[in-house]
Amino acid sequence: MNHQRRDALKAGGGLGVLGLLATVGLIRPETAHAAWNEQAFGAKSLDAAFEVLGAGKPAVSDDVVLNTPDIAENGAVVPVGVVSKLPGTEYVAIMIEKNPYMLAASFTIPEGTQAEVQTRVKMGQTSDVYALVKADGKFYMAKKEVKVTLGGCGG
Amino acid sequence: MRKRIKAVAVCVGIALTAPASAQEELNFDAYREMLADGNPAELYEMEGEELWRTARGPKNATLEQCDLGLGAGVVAGAAAQLPRYFEDAGRVQDIETRLMYCMETLQGIPSKEIIDGKFLQGERARLAALVAYVVTHSKGEKIAIDLSHPKVKEMYELGERTFYYRLGVMDFSCASCHSQDGKRIRATQLPNITTREGAAEGWGSWPAYRVSSSQFWTMQHRLWDCFRQQRAAEPIFGSDVIIALSTFMAGKGNGIEAKWPGVKR
Amino acid sequence: MASPMRIRAAAKDGVTEVRVLMSHVMETGQRKDSSGEVIPAHFITELTARHNDKLVLSAEFGPSVSTNPYLAFKFKGGEKGDKVTVSWVDNKGDSRTDEAQIA
Repeated sequence: MNHQRRDALKAGGGLGVLGLLATVGLIRPETAHAAWNEQAFGAKSLDAAFEVLGAGKPAVSDDVVLNTPDIAENGAVVPVGVVSKLPGTEYVAIMIEKNPYMLAASFTIPEGTQAEVQTRVKMGQTSDVYALVKADGKFYMAKKEVKVTLGGCGG
Repeated sequence: MRKRIKAVAVCVGIALTAPASAQEELNFDAYREMLADGNPAELYEMEGEELWRTARGPKNATLEQCDLGLGAGVVAGAAAQLPRYFEDAGRVQDIETRLMYCMETLQGIPSKEIIDGKFLQGERARLAALVAYVVTHSKGEKIAIDLSHPKVKEMYELGERTFYYRLGVMDFSCASCHSQDGKRIRATQLPNITTREGAAEGWGSWPAYRVSSSQFWTMQHRLWDCFRQQRAAEPIFGSDVIIALSTFMAGKGNGIEAKWPGVKR
Repeated sequence: MASPMRIRAAAKDGVTEVRVLMSHVMETGQRKDSSGEVIPAHFITELTARHNDKLVLSAEFGPSVSTNPYLAFKFKGGEKGDKVTVSWVDNKGDSRTDEAQIA
């Protein structure tokens, strides 16, 4: 399986990796279909990321709640949770303003799944963390500063 | 000249105020709490559980007959009572050395391979995964090592002496950093191991997943690193000096709940 | 081959909470090794979660998701013993699928 995959990758050349894998039947087509949003993950500013995602200038909403610690002991692992109380929430994204690339993760929320996700992200330095939410076709956001202490000498 | 003096004064001002404000803000409780649920150490625990049940080594045997002190194959609660004296091995063993003993006697995997090996590699890495499995089954247990046993008591005393023993080019001892309340290295708070609570905190939160390196570290690994940071000679894996320090910490922290496995910065 | 995920799923009051730990380096492509060579990016790009056969979450990750990623989410429904399946694909085309029963 692994060998096949490697060979397939070699042969693939310019073809998209995921598309190629789907054509040789190694991954489920629907996974490949989702097509990782390279443009959004490549955005180097918040505005650029918002633009790629079609969010324009999202309104700040109190119904979007960011759960993070105020201060993180290590930027390598910073817990971030997003809860949206907005009805019809279909999409949630987590962005770190001062990271080289803003967008950390995005989630598509199908009907029946609660708009409540938690993950952990890397932060290079103290920064505002943004939650971007799409509900009923409109974009909203919340932000919160997380302080990061980088310290210690391996101890 | 006057300008230069002013610049220096400004720097000093900053240097003096920074630690004070940093002190107030260095409360990582919320951060640690959020990491405790879904501690990546669980990934190592899974690997360890698999290793425990897998027939391996020259003898092609599992570790299911390994006696961690509570009888052959009993894992639940075993870590909370380690280090302890084992008649069959004729020495006080901590969790790593006991597992190493089982790997050698049951599976035929030579301990030398682990002792001479490297952290996070080969059989020593597999041993660490087994440690993750075993300690997870003592989560929430109270530390309960048997100090009434003369051999354990002897180890405790040796550990206490080691704790205060100054060594290396920096003339450091464990006590240099770990015998006062409220000490820290940069942002890392250091437990006061001379107190019962501090000892339990130190002993009971390792082994741990370290987020800075995305690695799982056993107590042998952690204490080895303490010696390295003191610029002292590096202790041999599984040697008595580490078991002694472990026995000292565990013995001092007896009766307090262990939080194994930990998650550390 | 990629190591297994740890998936925990628990149903309570008509809501199932799923917590997943994945074993993955999540290398950013921005770090250098000891010889100064850039360590190539290697990270999970996409993830899907299913309750029996129904899609309950899809996600896209970038390289700034932490090493050994953690993910928690909740969906309505789910009975004890139902199957929750999580799959991921990374940028090198490696993939992993694991399942757990709802407790």
